[in-house]
Amino acid sequence: MPKITYIDASGQERTVEAKNGMTVMETAIKHNVPGIDADCGGACACATCHVYVRADFLEKVGKPSAMEQSMLDFAENVQENSRLSCQIKIRDDLDGLTVTTPESQH
Amino acid sequence: MGESPKRIAIIGAGQAGGQTAYSLRQHGYDGEITLIGEEPAPPYQRPPLSKAYLKGELEEDRLYLKPVEYYAEHRIALLSDAQVVAIDAGAKRLSLASGSKVSWDRLVIATGARPRRLPLPGAQLEGVLELRSLADADRLKARIAPGARLVVVGAGYIGLEAAAVAAQLGLKVVVLEAMPRVLARVAGPEISEFYTEVHRAAGVDVRLGARLEGFEGTGRVTAARLSTGEQIPCDVALVGVGVLANAELAKQAGLSLGDGILTDRQGRTSHPDIFAIGDVAFRPLTHYEGGARLESVHNAIEGGKIAAAALLGAPHPNEDVPWFWSDQYDLKLQTAGLSTGADQVVTRGDPASRSFAVFYLREGRVLAATAVNAAPEYMVGKKLVAASASVAPAELADKSISMKDIGAKALMSA
Repeated sequence: MPKITYIDASGQERTVEAKNGMTVMETAIKHNVPGIDADCGGACACATCHVYVRADFLEKVGKPSAMEQSMLDFAENVQENSRLSCQIKIRDDLDGLTVTTPESQH
Repeated sequence: MGESPKRIAIIGAGQAGGQTAYSLRQHGYDGEITLIGEEPAPPYQRPPLSKAYLKGELEEDRLYLKPVEYYAEHRIALLSDAQVVAIDAGAKRLSLASGSKVSWDRLVIATGARPRRLPLPGAQLEGVLELRSLADADRLKARIAPGARLVVVGAGYIGLEAAAVAAQLGLKVVVLEAMPRVLARVAGPEISEFYTEVHRAAGVDVRLGARLEGFEGTGRVTAARLSTGEQIPCDVALVGVGVLANAELAKQAGLSLGDGILTDRQGRTSHPDIFAIGDVAFRPLTHYEGGARLESVHNAIEGGKIAAAALLGAPHPNEDVPWFWSDQYDLKLQTAGLSTGADQVVTRGDPASRSFAVFYLREGRVLAATAVNAAPEYMVGKKLVAASASVAPAELADKSISMKDIGAKALMSA
């Protein structure tokens, strides 16, 4: 099973085992990883599951869809490596994926 | 900050009740939490029940707001399948149907709402369903098979979302709406007209101004009967005609009621130690005069956060403008704000392009924005609503000016 590492705004790291097909957001919720609110539950409707993807995984994770990109364009504290974690599905080749969560999702 | 209560009981283990418990622990609250729900499942998301879950794209445990182990790990006594039958506000005690009692120092009522039922002949027949709980969704799902005939009564969001899923799965779908337009209670005419056309293009037979007289069948439903005498054959009927607040326990406890349980900004009812949040509560809203009883995920989550903060004497959380979304076919509708009281409506973009937005203004200020496959319009619109910003209608309607520019200009002078 692929492992995903979440780093919160204070720098604390949590590495959890993820299941293929689940999203990076769902995996955080399942393992009670703080820092991701996901108010809409993964519908790409609220932009409260914002994460920063570590540079070495940006290419593997791929580009956001047009809808996600539009949500991100107007979210708070967006960077080049911003993604909505409800839109990243776990696959074997994402083993080791590391994402940082912002200080606040609201 | 006063001393924290020792025992907090929460009636209702939906999104609002669950959020209250999570937020209490997040704040570091160390006392007892009892979370009481009538359903067998732990707190879960309801929105996918008429969307991805109904379509078979999500398994049940992916709906859960927290993993099952969370509750024990965080010392939250989750009583599932448990019904509260009375609140004793004087003795600060709840009576459960099982006969057991739960004592509390502070109480949160998050009992939600239940689907309104039609007092029509045949409404009790097997196959006449409603959609609120996981069990409801499972009953509907079990009857969804290609070729089956579904009659949806009520063209609100629940009914239309279910109709969209069913149509995509190959059912023959008829939608009956008593009003002259779909989504009449929740959206403006521009949105209504658009969704009517979308459903019709997908093969759904949308009947507006349709008067349902009853359901036909012996034992199970076989048809819906209209006032014209016409019978529409069906294998299953879904009734989605709004909800009623579950305010009976509060009424019996003597709390002040209006459209739901009346609360102050902190969620406190007319009893100082009892709070009410979520679908059941009527609360003041920061961005709108008067207040409202909202039925949405935003309201449930925010209510839970507000009540938890108030219970612990923590600072009041930032209030968001009301927001909501609906998924139908390949369309994502997102709305921010409440359009009540609007004196001007501005459409941006061509509905025929399947990406457009409608802005609702009052005295030139943005009250609400509804966007269909138009995230920039929604995201900027939400900020405009929050700031009660003034925008020139002609600029808002002009697609050659980006939402980014419209937002920057309006928010700078707001």
